[in-house]
Amino acid sequence: MDLKLDHHTQDDTEVVVEGEIDVYTAPRLRELLIDLVNKGHHHLIVNMEKVEFLDSTGLGVLVGGLKRVRAHDGTLDLVCTQERILKIFRITGLTKVFGIYESVQEAIDKRKSKQS
Amino acid sequence: MAVVQLTISALPAHVRTARLMATAVARRAGVSESTLDEIRLAVGEACSRAVEAHRTHCPDQPIKLELIDSSGPTGPGGPSGPDRINGSRSGRFEVVVSDHAPAKENGAPAFNGFEGGPHASLGESLTSGGFGGLSPDVGLAVIRGLADEVSIEPSENGTVIRMSWPLASNEADISEAHGLD
Repeated sequence: MDLKLDHHTQDDTEVVVEGEIDVYTAPRLRELLIDLVNKGHHHLIVNMEKVEFLDSTGLGVLVGGLKRVRAHDGTLDLVCTQERILKIFRITGLTKVFGIYESVQEAIDKRKSKQS
Repeated sequence: MAVVQLTISALPAHVRTARLMATAVARRAGVSESTLDEIRLAVGEACSRAVEAHRTHCPDQPIKLELIDSSGPTGPGGPSGPDRINGSRSGRFEVVVSDHAPAKENGAPAFNGFEGGPHASLGESLTSGGFGGLSPDVGLAVIRGLADEVSIEPSENGTVIRMSWPLASNEADISEAHGLD
């Protein structure tokens, strides 16, 4: 499956990603994240529950997004419960870099509790 | 032994094709379902790295994949087949990704910085000014983490990445031998 992207903003901006994030599709995710940050969305939650494949190119885009929101004192957290996706975060040590949560609401609550 | 060969142009879209092909051949060879995910990701990483390297150095050159199922009897390749050349044991599924991009250049850092570690690259990505991807080192680290056996041979003429996994029946044998069941 190709990549599908959607986003909507409540307290934070949720980016819903569906399909495969690889060297071919990752540039589209990168453009969306850049666009959101440029428009002032500095608290991003990337919902990866429907992601079927993620490689190091996709990780690079997420790390790049994290770096960019941090420049605005923002956050970029992930929602992911799929073991096949979580595995690559563990292998690369990125579980210590990203906040990874089981639901969007949990990510929002954690972010607010850290900032209060 | 059965071999499937695939040659792709250095285009990102073809990396997915390579992943699908590798997964299909591995499934047919009898690799366990849990290992298929590892093969899919490792092959994707190897091909992504090769595509990026070719786009920098030699975009017109193809990238070659060999998918080797060494479970069956020796085929027409005979004793000189890739499994013997690689020194791999029977009962394994092996993937060889070969590119033509120079990995070592005189007086210049290698494309992949083969001596580097992933965490140094991650730190650099988080603190420097760009919005690009991670270093290719990370892809290699992922491959090392996923493949049961791996060798990476960089040279001036290109890089050969060999990855292999046991077939499902061999995994069961290994588990029994170690009393893991």
